[in-house]
Formats: sequence, C-alpha cells, structure tokens
Amino acid sequence: METRQLLRSMVRIRCIEEEIADVYRDEQQMRTPVHLSIGQEAVAVGVCAALRTEDVVYSGHRCHAHYLAKGGGLGAMVAELYGRETGCAAGRGGSVHLVDEAAGFGASSAILGEMISVATGAAWAFARQEAPRVAVTFFGDGASEEGVFHESLNFAALHRLPVVYVCENNQYSLSSPLAARQPPGTSISGRARGYGIPAARVDGNDVAAVHAAAVTAVEHCRSGTGPYFLELDTYRWREHVGPGWDHECGARRPDEVLSWTKRCPIRRAADALRGADPDVDEWITAWEREFRAETHAAIAAAEAAPFPRVEDLLVGTYGDRGTHAG
Amino acid sequence: MRSLTYSQAISEATVQCMEADPAIVLAGQSVDDYKGVYGTTGEAFARFGSARVIDIPNGENAFAGIAIGAATIGLRPLLVHTRDDFMFLAMDALINLAAKWRYMYGGKRGVPVVSRGVVGRGWGQGATHSQSLQSLFGHFPGLHVATPASPADAKGLLVTALQGDTPVVLLENRGLYDLRGEVPSEPVAVPFGKGRVVRAGDDVTIVAASLMVHEAERAAGVLAARGISAEVVDVRSIRPLDDALICASVAKTGHLVVADTSWARYGFTAEVAAVVAENVPGALKAPVRRVTPPDCPAPVSWPLENAFNPGAETVVRACLEVLGVAGGAVPRIRNVMAGFAGPY
Repeated sequence: METRQLLRSMVRIRCIEEEIADVYRDEQQMRTPVHLSIGQEAVAVGVCAALRTEDVVYSGHRCHAHYLAKGGGLGAMVAELYGRETGCAAGRGGSVHLVDEAAGFGASSAILGEMISVATGAAWAFARQEAPRVAVTFFGDGASEEGVFHESLNFAALHRLPVVYVCENNQYSLSSPLAARQPPGTSISGRARGYGIPAARVDGNDVAAVHAAAVTAVEHCRSGTGPYFLELDTYRWREHVGPGWDHECGARRPDEVLSWTKRCPIRRAADALRGADPDVDEWITAWEREFRAETHAAIAAAEAAPFPRVEDLLVGTYGDRGTHAG
Repeated sequence: MRSLTYSQAISEATVQCMEADPAIVLAGQSVDDYKGVYGTTGEAFARFGSARVIDIPNGENAFAGIAIGAATIGLRPLLVHTRDDFMFLAMDALINLAAKWRYMYGGKRGVPVVSRGVVGRGWGQGATHSQSLQSLFGHFPGLHVATPASPADAKGLLVTALQGDTPVVLLENRGLYDLRGEVPSEPVAVPFGKGRVVRAGDDVTIVAASLMVHEAERAAGVLAARGISAEVVDVRSIRPLDDALICASVAKTGHLVVADTSWARYGFTAEVAAVVAENVPGALKAPVRRVTPPDCPAPVSWPLENAFNPGAETVVRACLEVLGVAGGAVPRIRNVMAGFAGPY
C-alpha cells in the first residue's frame, strides 16, 4: 500500500483518539476506562494494511487503534464507550471488549495475554479448514511475560499455524519499564525464535517498515509454513489508562517522552513523503478536519442513542439454545 | 485515636510489619510507582526500597508459585494484585499448592503467602475488572479469606495475616480506599473468624461483607426512620466465618438479610443462609433474603451498571420484605460510590 494511504489511516486514528481523550476528560460521560494508543499508530496501521477482511485480528486492553485499523466501525466503538445499546458490544463490554466480526476484528480483552491463545485457536481452525486466512494478535511487551504467551507459541510452532504474533513493544507495563521486568541482553522476538518461529524486529514508528515486515509475515502464514513473529518497538505517549500524560504526574521523565514525540510516526511518514509531495502538510490539515468531523458525528450519534434497557440486564448471559429446561 | 483512610491503614500495617519482620517482602506489578497501588505501597517502598518492595513482571501463575517456594524457605511474601480478576491466573498455585501445603505434606509446615486483591469497583470496570472473588476463595479449606470493611480492620486483618502461618487472601473493594476511620497506632492484630456488630438492632439482622457493610449501615438508618431496628453484622472474614455471632443475632431478631457484591449462587450469602438454617432453624420467622448482583456478568453501560450493583436501597427493600412491611416509597439513598469521578 502507498505510504500516503498509511499516513491517512494513522491521521484518522490519531484524530479519533485525541478527540476521545478530550471528551472523556472534559465531559466524563464515557464511563469506561480507556487505554489510548496515541503515538503507536504505525503498528496498527502498518500491520492491518497487510491483511484481508477475512483475516481476523485480536487485541488486548489498548485496542482502539487495532479495531479501527482493521476496519471496525467508528460509530459502534464510540457508542460502546458511551455504554449505548448501539455499541459494538451493546454497551455491555466497554472500551476493552471491542468486537466487529464483519470487519475481521475478533475481540479484545482486558486480562494480559488472553488473546494470544485465542488467536492461536483461530489459526488452528483456519489450518484445519484449510482456509487461506490468517489470525493476528496484538499484545504488549508486558503480556509476553505471561505463561500463556509461551504455551501458545509452542503450540502454534508445533502445528505450523497461520498466526502472526505482533508484539507492540511500548516499553512499559503500567508504569514499570521493560528493564525492570525482563533480563538485559534478551529480546521478546528472540524468545519466539527459541520456539523455531521466524521473527523480525522492526522500528514500530516507521509505518512503511512495519507494513513491509507485515506483508512478509502474512505471506509466510498464508502459504502454510507456520507462525511468524513481529516485535515492533514504539512508545506510549499517554498514561497507562486515561487521557493524561505520565510525565505530568512524574511517572516518567519529560525528556524521555519528548525524545519519542520527536519520533512521531505521523510526522515521520509525512517527512518521508514531503520530497515527492510537497503538499503533504496541507493534506494532513484537510484530513484532520475530515476526521474530527467524523468523530464529532459519531459522538453526537452515540449521545443520542438509547442506553440498554435495565429490564434486559440478564439478556445475553446464556443463549437461546441453552442447556436449561424450558 | 487517630483517623486514617483505609489505604493509609493498609500502608501503615505493611510498614510496621515489615519493620518488625525482615522476612516480609512486598511484591506486585508497579508497587514501586508514584501511585503505589492506591497509596498502599508507596510508603513501604520509600522506607525499604527495591530490595524488599519489588516490582514484578506480569506472570501471576509463576509468581504465586515463586511466593510459595520463598515461603517454604522462610520468606513472608505479601503479593498485591491491582485487580483481583488477575488472581484467576494465580489460582493453580494458590489453591492446589498454598491452600493444601500443610495438609498434603503431612502437617509439618504452612506457607504464609498473603495475597491482596483489589476489587476494581469504579466506572465501567466491567466484566473482568470488578469481580468480587470472596465466594470463590472462601470455598477452599486451607486458605483464610478476609474482606475488611473499615480502616481499622484493613490494618488489623493485614497484621494478623502477616504474623500467621496460613496462606491468606485479603480482598479490598476499591470504593473503600478513601474511607476514614479511627485506627490504632500500634499494629494491633484483628483475629480472623470474629465478626463485629456494627450497629445493634432487634427486628432484622443484616449480615454483610466489605463495601456492603456500609450500604447495610445506610439501609439501617433509613429503616430506623420508619421505626424498624436493624442489626448490622460485618463478618470481617469469609473463612473462617463467625457462625456464632451470626446465629446469635438471628436468634434475637428472627429475620435475616445477607448482602454481598459476589453472586448469590454457591456464594457467601448462600453460606450464611446455610449456617443459620443448620444452627438456628427455629429462629427464622420469615424466609431469608439475599442482596447480591443479578445473575449476569458485570455490564459497563451505566444504567445497567447501576441496576447490577446492589446498594442500600436494595437492602432496605429486602428488609421490608422479610418483615412483611408494606413497601411504600423507599427514599433514594446515595450510593457509597456516588461522586466517583474518573477511573484513571
């Protein structure tokens, strides 16, 4: 895909998340904790641009960008944040439990590493069905410490399953830096290689590089040769949960944050295009207007949408074909 | 006596116990950061540093086992989970090893691993970040489980846990951290298995745990205005359970309402009802009523969340029902969690 398209997609996600952050903080009406991906957009966009609609993406708590990049409906996501019946999970799941099966976004969840195994299971089904589909799971450096990461990679390698493991290494788990959690001289992609899974480690703020690596990974999986692992180095600009900035409350050094905002994936993609397309900044300005308007419309629609009916509180706990009598 | 918040009380117990016992180590994700797990671990980190207050990788399963191993060699690990829902990942080690260690290895030694878990009640914390696990952990022989409701008990029960030789799970509802109350300056141990009568009364007994103790107290106030005298019993610990206190209260009042934030089926409220049915069946003048969340996962959408969470109003209605008093209008009662702003 052209870098221009990738850039446009990143600008869209940035605009949506920035609007959400402001409205979330100022209006206090989205009553579900949000984990924002601002600064990490190249990972979601570069990987998802390498996928087909029928490929299925799974994610963790920081899932908005993955959902949007895979084509998840904006209106349904915003309505979910507002707890409305029109939300993608009918207001039941909230920010961390997004879903859009039609778009190939399988699910996101809030307990670390859960979706690593679920994506592996989807890939197992694809392999058994001999379907040319690929499962992708995004997770953080933190989730790679969970046991389920290792158990899943072992099984996928053993059965040569078509799953791309995308470790979005933003270097922090809550406020805990990677160096406090993993031994020096090791890497997460190195652990994947230990299971015999081919792995690439790429600058996760370079959307063109991410995309190129993802194309290789997806082709590898689709050809039936087994799983592939991508470790994408990036950085979370905001706090673990909520709209604030960690350095404003002393959780991180301002100069560290500044060194990463200078490596903004959007600015870098724009700089890469500027030689050939001197008008790139004007496009971005026009896109921002378009996407902010799109987000405002989604917010207005969500605010106008009904809440779930309280008498429906229990609906959905079991299905219509439950095992209970009557 | 001084007044402290619930989180300050936990912090003080931790620091005093760590001073008294160099074998205690505090471990959990981001226990050393500026938030210090709702203000409960920062003071310990400032005092004892990273040698004894340890930020650990994400690996609840392994670390529960690591803590058990350390305990067998003489350490006293105090683990903190910022959401108790993550403790499902620790359950194999906690249930299959810690709870059984003393018994299944011939009664020679226990493994005193203390696990604190936060019940993440707040805004839209939803299905997997706000579950109350007292009923689940309360099921297993070999564990002790407490749900402190007051700052004094938050301190005293933690002190007991850190001095004992039994694996303990302490569940702290997030809605309680800012609650103030009188707390002894000294590390005074509060025993497990001893409930307390929070408010004496004659007409109906309300047995509650954790946050619901406060909802029960509010309910008792409303009932008093209607001339009904409710006795509120805070069980303090789920296991062991103070059967005698519960039964004595019901023998006096003849009516029982049990309130909890964990589900009714196979839960803490079922256990209390069973204890009364087994021990003082003749005392009950009306069927027991349980006040719990409805039988579905926790929803996020706020109208559903409001309907899901039991509160003082539901306790009042249940009391009127068991007393056979016509309902009438129950005044709207401010929820303990009202005014909660922002989950971040």
